This record gives sequence, C-alpha cells and structure tokens, in this order.
Amino acid sequence: MSLLEIKNLHVEVGGKQILKGLTLTVEKGQVAAIMGPNGSGKSTLAYVLAGKPGYEVAEGEVLLNGESILDMAPDERAAKGVFLAFQYPVEVPGVATMTFLRTALNAQRKHRGEAELSTPEFLKLVRETSKHLHIDQEMLRRAVNVGFSGGEKKRNEILQMAVLQPRLAVLDETDSGLDIDALKVVADGVNRLRSPERSMIVITHYQRLLNYIVPDVVHVMARGKVVKSGGKELALELEASGYAQFTDEAA
Amino acid sequence: MPAEPRALKTPAEQALSAAFAAARGSLPGEGAVGKLREVAFERFDAAGLPHRRVEEWKYTDLRALMREARPLAGPAGAKPQGNIAPILSGIETDRIAIVNGRYEPTWSDAKVSDPGVTVAELFEFVADNPDYRLGQVPGTDDPAYWLNTAFMSGGVALRIRRGGSVAKPVHIAHVFSGDAAAAMYPRSVVVVEPGAQLTLIESFSGPEGVDYQVNSALELVIGDGARVDHIKVGCDGGAALRVSTLGVTVGAKAAYKDFAFTLGGAVVRNQTFVRFAGEGSAGAIDGASLLKGRQHVDNTLVIDHAVGHCTSRERFKSVLDGESHGIFQGKIIVEPHAQKTDGKMMTRALLLSDEAEADNKPELEIFADDVVCGHGATAGALDPGLKFYLMSRGIPLAEAEALLIQAFIGEVVEEIAHEGIREALMFAALKWLGSRS
Repeated sequence: MSLLEIKNLHVEVGGKQILKGLTLTVEKGQVAAIMGPNGSGKSTLAYVLAGKPGYEVAEGEVLLNGESILDMAPDERAAKGVFLAFQYPVEVPGVATMTFLRTALNAQRKHRGEAELSTPEFLKLVRETSKHLHIDQEMLRRAVNVGFSGGEKKRNEILQMAVLQPRLAVLDETDSGLDIDALKVVADGVNRLRSPERSMIVITHYQRLLNYIVPDVVHVMARGKVVKSGGKELALELEASGYAQFTDEAA
Repeated sequence: MPAEPRALKTPAEQALSAAFAAARGSLPGEGAVGKLREVAFERFDAAGLPHRRVEEWKYTDLRALMREARPLAGPAGAKPQGNIAPILSGIETDRIAIVNGRYEPTWSDAKVSDPGVTVAELFEFVADNPDYRLGQVPGTDDPAYWLNTAFMSGGVALRIRRGGSVAKPVHIAHVFSGDAAAAMYPRSVVVVEPGAQLTLIESFSGPEGVDYQVNSALELVIGDGARVDHIKVGCDGGAALRVSTLGVTVGAKAAYKDFAFTLGGAVVRNQTFVRFAGEGSAGAIDGASLLKGRQHVDNTLVIDHAVGHCTSRERFKSVLDGESHGIFQGKIIVEPHAQKTDGKMMTRALLLSDEAEADNKPELEIFADDVVCGHGATAGALDPGLKFYLMSRGIPLAEAEALLIQAFIGEVVEEIAHEGIREALMFAALKWLGSRS
C-alpha cells in the first residue's frame, strides 16, 4: 500500500477553486518533489494535507496508510505522522522553543498511547539534532521563531521535524529566502531524516534545492493538477525549458 | 469633577449619607482626622457616586453598578483555619492582616522582625506622627477616594527606615470575613525612606457567595534612591465589588515597580495615581487580568511626570472570556518643565469569546517639548495562524490556546522581580486556564 494517496482532489479557498482534480501517490520511503509555477496550487496542497482551516475540500480523497485524514483536526493528523515545514514559519511570542518542542512531542505521543519521553531522553534528542542543524542552546531558550533570521526559522522547522519524526513530511518552499550555505545546512538536515519508513514531499519552485535533496520522483503541478511526472532528470529539463509549456495549455 | 446639578440621590447614595450620619461620632481617629472625614464626605455628597458622564469613570458607572451601599463591616471574629489569599500561600511573607477594614494583629504574623521596619495601626501612627498628613499623595481628587476618607475604618502604617530593607515580602492581606454583605474601607500608609527597599504584596480576598464591598486606599511614599516593588493581587469572591485607590509619590533616583493582578470580584476598579516628584527615577506599572463570566475590571492609571529625567513604562494585559468586560484607561501627563521624560504605555486585550468586551483609553498630555512618549493598544482574538501552527505540531486545540494565553500573560508577569510571586501568579493563571471550557 502507498503511504499517501490523493485522489481527484478539489479544493476551494475563499470560494476560489485552487486544486482541480489532483491525483498523486507517494510511496513509503519515497522523496517526491513537486514543482510548478506560482499559483499552480503547490502551497494549497501542503496546507490541505496539514489541515489548515479555510481550505474546503469539495471533492476527492486523501488517504494516509489507507485511512482518510480529511475529517481529522490538524493535531490528529500530526499524531498520525503528517508534518508540514512551513514556507513562512510563524513567530510564537512567549513560548520557548524547548517548551514548544516538548509540548508537541508529548501531545503526539499521548495521542498515540505512548509514554512521555523522560527529560534526559528529550534533552539528548534535542541536543543531538540541534547540533547537526547548527542551532545553539541559546536559540532553543528563545521564543519560537521570535527574532529569528530567515535561515534560523527554516532550521527550526527541520529541528521540529527531526524531533517529531513524522511519517510524511511536507516541505513547503523550504529553500525560499535561504543563501547557499543555509540551504546546505537545511538540506543536510533533511537528508539525515531520509528513511525507508519516512516519505517526503518537497515543494519547490526552483530546481536548485533538488541538487541537495535529490528526489526519487518529480511531479509537475499546473492549474491545480499534476500534469507531468518523471524521474529526477525531469527537474533539470524544467530548469532548461521553464514552466511555460504547462501554463500555455491553460487556454 | 464637572459641576452639574445633582440628580436625585440613588438608594445607595442615601444609604451612604445615613451611614455617615450614624457613624461619624464613632469612627476612629482623633482631631484632624474627624475634620478630614467631614470635608471628604461633603465633597462626596456633592458629587455623588461617579457615573458614565464623569470622564474618569466613564466605563465604570458606579451609580449603576453599585445599587446598594452595604452597612459597615463588623469586627473580624476568630481567625479561620484556611489560607488567606490561597494563591499566595506558597510564598514566605511577613503578613499583616486587615480584616473587615481593620488591622487584626491576631490574624497577622508575629511582628515584622527586620530592624528598621515599623508596623503600627493606622490611627495610632497618625496620632504619633503629626508630620505625616493623610491624603498628600496623588489621586485625592476622586469620589471613591473621598468615600474612603469619610469612612476609613483602619489599616496599617508601615515604615521602612532610611537605608533599611525587608528580607521577606511584606504582605498586606485585605480580607472580608462574614456571611452577610457589608462594606469595608481600609486605608494604609507605606513610607519607604530614602535608600530603603521593600517588596510589598497587597491582596484582596473574601468569600465566594457574599456581595461585600471594598473601598480601599493605599498611600505609598517612595523616598530618594529607594526601591519598591508593589504587587496587588485581586482574588475577591465572585460577587464582590471593590474599588482600590493607590496614590504614589516617587522621589529622586528611585525604582518603583507595580503589578496589578486581577482574577476575582464581580466589579473591580484599580485606580493608580503616580507622581514622579524627583528626577532620575524609573517606574514600571504593569498588570494582568484574567476574567470570565460577567466580571467587570477597570484598571485606571494617571502617571504624572512632574519633574524631568524619569522613565515610566506601563504594560497591561487582559484575557477576557465569557461576557466579561475589561477596561484600561491610562493617562501620562508630562508637566511643562519635565524635559527628558520617557514614557511609554502599552495595553493588550485578548478576547476569548464574542461576548467579551475590551475598552482601552490611552491618553497623553504633554506640556514639555523634549520628551519621548508613546502608547499602543490592541484588542483581538487569538491569532488563527498561531493556533494552526501549534496544532500542526500535534498540540490539541485546547492545549494550544492555553499555551498561547499563558504566553500572552507570561510576557507581563515575568516583569515581576520576585521569583516566588511570579511563579504563584503564573500558577494561578494556569489554574484559571484549566477551569475554562
């Protein structure tokens, strides 16, 4: 069975149809890149998977391990293993990053009927993970994303992903706003999390990110659907030819 | 007060007149105190209870909110078994109990032991210290203050001698004790002499189901170079009506921090009047309210920069659930010669229900030209984007909301220097959050 099956998904936001019959399958352990022009519905797909309020599913199905997640609240989906790395991570004033990580991890474990992680176990997990992401202890004491640079916010997203160990990670334009050094750190953090047990959807506008996070498959979205799928070489073709061939078909 | 023809007296005003006529001969205090009462009552009687057309009281129409005036509270009776002001019970303090408006040594801790600290019953202090005249702090041109002066039934005078300090916080615990509704009018005086230090807690508590009334006043005189932290904790019973007037004079190069934390009471008004009277001082006047049901809580501030080179910061936050009503009125006055004043005021209200109401009225009156002053006010619901972010990490809605509300309140509570008090108030906030649903 595939980890994620999206069938004929139609989604409206504020009365406007954004996804128009999207069908997509992600296998267990697979890293799938989703590329496409602005406005093709890539971020909408990411939000719909995470369960953001205001994204109305008019038609279609989303199955995670064969189970429909569309009626689940965002926290339930997270406990089932869905994780969204936000394109624009929000600032959470007054909530220390450490508290946030711990609250989230324990909430998920509780939901799954697992015991809470002990303090030493938790600290060890965070310490090891944050080291690889060049996140220092001072940053962990600060309020989530408050006063963080763009790069720090993205690294913090990957830290959360590493601590929460999702089964399906959706990375929404994780490369946006990053310089090449920051991009390498983030990509390295993502690559460490690659596992036969974990699938990833890497959403990006540019091919650049895929030099560092090499996908198993590439899907091209345009006008709210997947219009082409292929191997990693498809990303390079797109880099050369651009998205015009897909958007021009719009008429 | 605007001069306008007095309407017919309300039943509460009539009752107050009758109570004053009956009690004037027997109220405590000698000589000048009696005269003070007479003048104060005359002024009150001419103005009546403040109402919505009195600008300073526009959101707290006492004429409408105080339907009846309760009789003066009787003696304290035996000390109860339970804790006084339970939310503070974990903190080591020297407690001074003011029960039903009178200093009650038997309910208090043994004498505050630090050298250089004296505690006396209010009217004994007034009789022994002719140099101290009641009512010289700011905030005395106010009908609630007049009413307190007319009826003041007792309280305490605390003096921290020059350069002295108190190891533990001093806790003035105002308690209403009794089964039948009554009114109490405590007045206390705290004099912190130059170079002295004090952490002062003032609490208000009483039984849940009794609609008792409190009209309290505290005179706080802060000497040059003194450091004072004043934390006022309102945990009145759910039917109580309380008006607390705080008048503060701040000397030169002093550090004054104030925090008003309000959880309880049906109708509460904290009115704080601060006058910077010496240069080089810093004041931080903060507060947090957590309200539900039909609670009405008004925090009103008047910060008077009478001299220059002082810094004041005012930060008030309120969390409003149910049909509660939170009010913040803050006025910063910069007098003509108070150059280099730095005054900033911020108020934020978090509305947890559609029926809750927040009114914010910040005002600046600046008569000097070389100053930095500003204010900001916001009111709104929890940010849906924040809620979604937390939930997307697996945190259930109720827990996500609690975490965000806790963070919202925590940002001001953490301004309190005393760790134990800070923790006790955060714990009380968590308990409040736990009781929501």
